[in-house]
Amino acid sequence: MSGPKFPPQPNDPSSSTPQSSDPAETSQAKERPAAKGITRRGFLKGAGVAAAGTALLEGAQVFTREAAAATRREHDGVKEFGPGAVPVALQVNGKEYTLQIEPRTTLADALRVHMGLTGTKVVCDRGPCSGCTVLMDDMPVNSCMTLAMDAIGHRVTTIEGLQSEGELHPVQAAFVKHDAMQCGFCTPGMVMTCSALLKKNSHPTEDDVRQATAGNLCRCGTYPRIFAATLEAAGVSGKESIRNA
Amino acid sequence: MATTKLPSSADALLGAAADAAKPPAGMETVTMPYGVPGYTLHDVQRQVPTTEPPVLPVNADLEYIGKSPKRWDAHAKVSGSGRYTADIQLPGMLYAKFVSSNVPHAKVVSIDTSAAEKVPGVKGVFVIENLLGGARLLNPSLEVSKYPIVRYAGQPIAAVAATQPHIAEEAALLVKVQYDAKPFVVDMEMARQSDAPPVFPGPANQGGSAGGGGGARNVPQTGNIHGPAVHKRGDVEQGFKDADFIVESKYTTQVQVHNALETHGVVADWKPDLLTVWASTQGTASVREELASFFKLPKSQVRVITEFMGGGFGAKFGPGNPGVVAAALSKQTGAPVRLMLDRKEEQLSVGNRPSSDQTLKIGAKKDGTLTAIQLISFGTAGCGTGAGCAGPATNLYQSASLHTEENDVFINAGPAAAFRAPGHPQGAFALEQTIDELAEKLNMQPLEFRDKIDTNPVRRVERQIVRESALWKSRNPVPNADRGPIKRGVGLSQSVWYRHIVMDSAAEVRVHRDGSVEVLSAVQDIGTGIKTVMAQILAEQFGVPPQQVSVKIGDTNYPVGPNSGGSVTTASLTPAVRDAAWQAAQKFLVSVAPALGTTPDDLVLTKGEVHSKSGHMQPISFRRAAAKMDTSEVSAQARRIPDYDPKHYDTYGGVDVAEIEVDTEMGIIHVKQFFAVHDCGRPMNPSQVINQINGGLIQGTSFALYENRLIDPTYGLMVNANLDLYKIAGARDIPKLHVQLVESYIAQSSTDASGIGEAAGIISAAAAIGNAFYNATGVRIRSTPMTPSVVLETLSKAPQRSNA
Repeated sequence: MSGPKFPPQPNDPSSSTPQSSDPAETSQAKERPAAKGITRRGFLKGAGVAAAGTALLEGAQVFTREAAAATRREHDGVKEFGPGAVPVALQVNGKEYTLQIEPRTTLADALRVHMGLTGTKVVCDRGPCSGCTVLMDDMPVNSCMTLAMDAIGHRVTTIEGLQSEGELHPVQAAFVKHDAMQCGFCTPGMVMTCSALLKKNSHPTEDDVRQATAGNLCRCGTYPRIFAATLEAAGVSGKESIRNA
Repeated sequence: MATTKLPSSADALLGAAADAAKPPAGMETVTMPYGVPGYTLHDVQRQVPTTEPPVLPVNADLEYIGKSPKRWDAHAKVSGSGRYTADIQLPGMLYAKFVSSNVPHAKVVSIDTSAAEKVPGVKGVFVIENLLGGARLLNPSLEVSKYPIVRYAGQPIAAVAATQPHIAEEAALLVKVQYDAKPFVVDMEMARQSDAPPVFPGPANQGGSAGGGGGARNVPQTGNIHGPAVHKRGDVEQGFKDADFIVESKYTTQVQVHNALETHGVVADWKPDLLTVWASTQGTASVREELASFFKLPKSQVRVITEFMGGGFGAKFGPGNPGVVAAALSKQTGAPVRLMLDRKEEQLSVGNRPSSDQTLKIGAKKDGTLTAIQLISFGTAGCGTGAGCAGPATNLYQSASLHTEENDVFINAGPAAAFRAPGHPQGAFALEQTIDELAEKLNMQPLEFRDKIDTNPVRRVERQIVRESALWKSRNPVPNADRGPIKRGVGLSQSVWYRHIVMDSAAEVRVHRDGSVEVLSAVQDIGTGIKTVMAQILAEQFGVPPQQVSVKIGDTNYPVGPNSGGSVTTASLTPAVRDAAWQAAQKFLVSVAPALGTTPDDLVLTKGEVHSKSGHMQPISFRRAAAKMDTSEVSAQARRIPDYDPKHYDTYGGVDVAEIEVDTEMGIIHVKQFFAVHDCGRPMNPSQVINQINGGLIQGTSFALYENRLIDPTYGLMVNANLDLYKIAGARDIPKLHVQLVESYIAQSSTDASGIGEAAGIISAAAAIGNAFYNATGVRIRSTPMTPSVVLETLSKAPQRSNA
């Protein structure tokens, strides 16, 4: 967040931070003159470090579109792309898409905003909910945490591409049969995760399904139906463990 | 008019009494099923308008209603083709981003948007001068400010609209806000102190939403304490004097955040003659109403669309700040504007379940009769109100006297919103544990004691089912019986919710010459499955499979629908749908009678066939008959009529049993399973009902064990405004769930349906886990979330814990 930081509460006995009565004095801009020195590459190297994450926001305006002309340069033998839009070819659901996108574009945004494939949902935008799960080759990934450029050369499968010749994938059909959904917002991610599980493990136990979907959040609480549907799609009888679900 | 064939029962005295009175003009007397099949089912008589459709028999005698055809929009949901608000993309659409306060309490001195406006791609900047949400000062002159006072970190201040999402995000960072900081308080205990910084400089009130919530008005306000709202019945002082046993304890619960997966947001498209808004809302009607009012537009010039909706749980009524700001930016820029909150904004600014700090005292006589219930509660709804939690104490059990005092405590945090059964999970957590505690003192079993103090006939059936269940029979009535470090416990809790009917519930049914049928209503499907239920009703009327019925909802171009909150949707809307279907069917018979060479009153449409009562012709299929319609379409619109017996007061509820294991060394509670017995009138689609109950139990378990909004007292910022540190129960935490539905006919409408959202288990889960914890350990756990540290602290304070 930009703007001045609020000083600790004067009468808060638990506060040990120095106080200031002038909000401007503690503004983040003044605290962080170094922000201008941050480069995009520097940030990407340090991505995941909380401090750098904040710094990116502060320094965001540094990567202005004036610099966009220089889209590519050689440095330390490493190819750099951007910050302006570059052509990116992606293979999604068996089709080739050529997009003109900034290198920082996530796979989720490339799919949703640039290709109009809105079946993939973005929920938390940082990993823990897996609502945006797509397959890269056969591996489920969080598309919100995957750069579109990292999907180059991989087969990307989204919820829209799971059907074949108009027929629902067995996991999709089982989700319908078991009513493994309520609002449906987690459903695409759940279906992708469960279909990936079955590719890897054709005879999962309920524990395997729980393990596979441990990162997929459903706020309506349809989990028992999801377990039942996935086991049925695998041809595994889940009657014992999911009775009445 | 047809009547149902039901086992008539000697105790149908209710019906006999009504029989005696002759119905007034336009009304007729019908016989309807009442009670629980297999237990209390009997006939009752009701006087209903002659325009009502024939009485529906019990579910067992129906073809589509009461069965579980697949979810009408399941295919769209599993294939990703369902378009949610978050998925709407319009030509030229701009992306908007809020500028939010990062301080908890301040006066905004100045807002400089010039740098943001200069960013290429930025098309508009809007500064909020009229903020929605939270309580409002009764006397605004106590606080003179050009901009709304910041009362919580995360409060929206302005918004930027740009051609790309990241341009809007970057430009939002360039908006310079100068704050004049004020002292703040984010902890409820500190806020209750007399020298605490005031969140409001004077009395402030907040209204509820269509989903409930909101606090009492016209109550005293002292410092940050808004209340008490006092309710009395009888004389509690005398009640406690009359008691042989009294139990008094303090319970606390945390703030829970809704966290629907689709965040709050809209796409607004302002055109000179029509404002069109796609909204992630539980009430298309509420969004339309409030936008029209805010912008002083005729309602006819506001259209709201909610085709698919990613969850709300009570927090999504009205346009809120995102809706108003997006509409304003669209008006300003002349382009459609999308404003969807990010997860952090969702956690901070659009609602939560208030905390509670309850002191509950209950007295009983030796025979179990309750003599007095007294509840003093404090809770914080942030800078809003609505922390009352006296519902269960007031409504679950019969007591000779009752005294409740509910207090809201203002803190510098985002305002609460209605959250699935507002106040009830908190209230039940205290009440149901106290009832169990009292039962032990009375030397009574939990079910036996509740039989004594709860006369509701449906709950009585539910307790009987629980009593006979394998899980309850497996319960060791002696607490703390396991000798090892991992102790098993079984406990139960009841829940209660109320029958509310929204008269703004209408539907139109159309029959086409090609034999297709469609139903239209502005109602939204928030995930509960109302689309499917509407299709089932038409299927039952026309004999067409539900998947072949066209269901068109979530658009204010259609007849008005109820806002989906407080378990009202199915109970309110389905009779209107059935009435419209029935009336359309009658018009259809009028339309085909000439071609069939007979009169309309000779014809009957049943199970997909048109029959002649006189035997004038062989039955023909509905589709073949439709081809003979004298116009290409017939239609009928119906609105909700009042309940048949509005004086009769119905509650919905259930009895839920939890089995847990407590690891007394690690402090971890494993919820192994729930056996949940619930009623909701006539279950229209049992599978969907059970799905909701599963969800309520899971949300309740998550509330009991994990969820907790944490605010750092030093800076006043929420430290877990995300989904990694705000813990929600996930796949590996889900207990086995065994749900048993109790069909409960109440003879109130043409569908006799009720709702389930609130009574679905969220009310009782934490209380049942609490009672199971006592059964396991012999120690009462009185705080949620029951994290390992709370569990270990609870166990360490227990005096008699020694037999491990």
